[in-house]
Amino acid sequence: MCPSLTMPSHAVPLAMPIIPGLVALAALALDGAMPKSQPAPPMAAPLSPAPDAASALSLMAAIAERRDRDAFARLYLYFAPRLKAYLMRRGADDGLAEEMTQEAMLTVWYRAGSFDPAKAGVSTWIYTIARNKRIDRLRRERFPEIERDDPALVPEPPIAADSALALVQDDARLRVALAALPPEQAELLHLAFFQDKSHSTIADECGLPLGTVKSRIRLALQRLRNDLKDFA
Amino acid sequence: MPSFHPSQTLLMDYAAGSLGEASAVLIATHVSLCPECRAEAARIEAVGGALIETIEPVPLAHDGMAAVLRKLDERPDAPAPIPSFDAETQRLVPAPLRRHLGGNLEDIRWRSLGAVRQIDLAVTQAGGHARLLRLKGGAKVPRHSHDGLEMIIVLAGGFSDQSGHYLRGDVAVAGSDITHAPVADAGEDCICFAVVDGSIKLSGPLGRLVNLFVRT
Repeated sequence: MCPSLTMPSHAVPLAMPIIPGLVALAALALDGAMPKSQPAPPMAAPLSPAPDAASALSLMAAIAERRDRDAFARLYLYFAPRLKAYLMRRGADDGLAEEMTQEAMLTVWYRAGSFDPAKAGVSTWIYTIARNKRIDRLRRERFPEIERDDPALVPEPPIAADSALALVQDDARLRVALAALPPEQAELLHLAFFQDKSHSTIADECGLPLGTVKSRIRLALQRLRNDLKDFA
Repeated sequence: MPSFHPSQTLLMDYAAGSLGEASAVLIATHVSLCPECRAEAARIEAVGGALIETIEPVPLAHDGMAAVLRKLDERPDAPAPIPSFDAETQRLVPAPLRRHLGGNLEDIRWRSLGAVRQIDLAVTQAGGHARLLRLKGGAKVPRHSHDGLEMIIVLAGGFSDQSGHYLRGDVAVAGSDITHAPVADAGEDCICFAVVDGSIKLSGPLGRLVNLFVRT
């Protein structure tokens, strides 16, 4: 069965306050480009209070530079319930997802010093930690990470670096662009990230021709790239 | 810069953590050698990061955070020691694949199989296998097909078949409907990493999964 997926309507406003520098911009874009969001359901609020005034970036800096436990706790309250949801969707039961979430957040604490805001946004970096943890624990495999100081690595040409990273750095803008995707494209992105399935399997289960799955994913990524170019 | 790249859907499966380990290692090897695909993979990971923020949160165990906070002062497990490799191996084999090599390229005990020398690598792959291949310069591989989808990435030298001329970093993909007779370029040995993955399917009648990037 192809699970039907919809974007939770309260998710964007909950997530917004995390990067105050971009809130105004994102809110403007939200007014113009998106249907008005519903207020958060009462249950979600105590679960995941977004770190209010401080941004995720400054929380990360406080953790890396001062080993700030309060900053870590705030990051935890925001990200842990989301990582756990992700891990449960990708096949872990509640207990194992909780355990993996705790381990992933500990990794965030230990490796905070290696977080590089020029390379990835905070949520992207934390996502990759949770993804790798899942592969490690559920599949007993290891995600083949790229090593930046690998002698074999072919470095970026200096000119392309800015444009290539534009999308990476701006999580808030990316969320807005994601919310504006046509539903059939957004659904496939959700399936690709939140189901433990390759695109071939997704095509089988949705009864879609494989070519259609591929072209929708390609269109979605192309559109996100263009949306972010327009912003810049 | 490589000319033959994995498709966006393969990069997506890689960034989403949905590929088998051997296929993921092959894509990561290409991504190490191709700044464009590295940027694309980073963009797709950023989509993953944004989706994490839009997901419906689930309740945590009530004592979960307290347990984590108590562990903050513990020392994390030391990372596994990284085996050292000679300069040639480090130059030719990107780190994601090097970790599975078990030794330097020149110490590999190749098995001869006609024109091809090969060695199986201990990388997990459900329903498939991962091999390192080595062809002498100018060697001709007899016409053959594959059980399932075969992905090959060139690490050194180059080879040609009817679908193209593949050099370092290039990814060639052939389905079971393809028969080909690759010929190694004259000169240095052609060294490739090859993965057969039964879980990936092809879509088009051409049976090609790679596409030449159309740049905007």
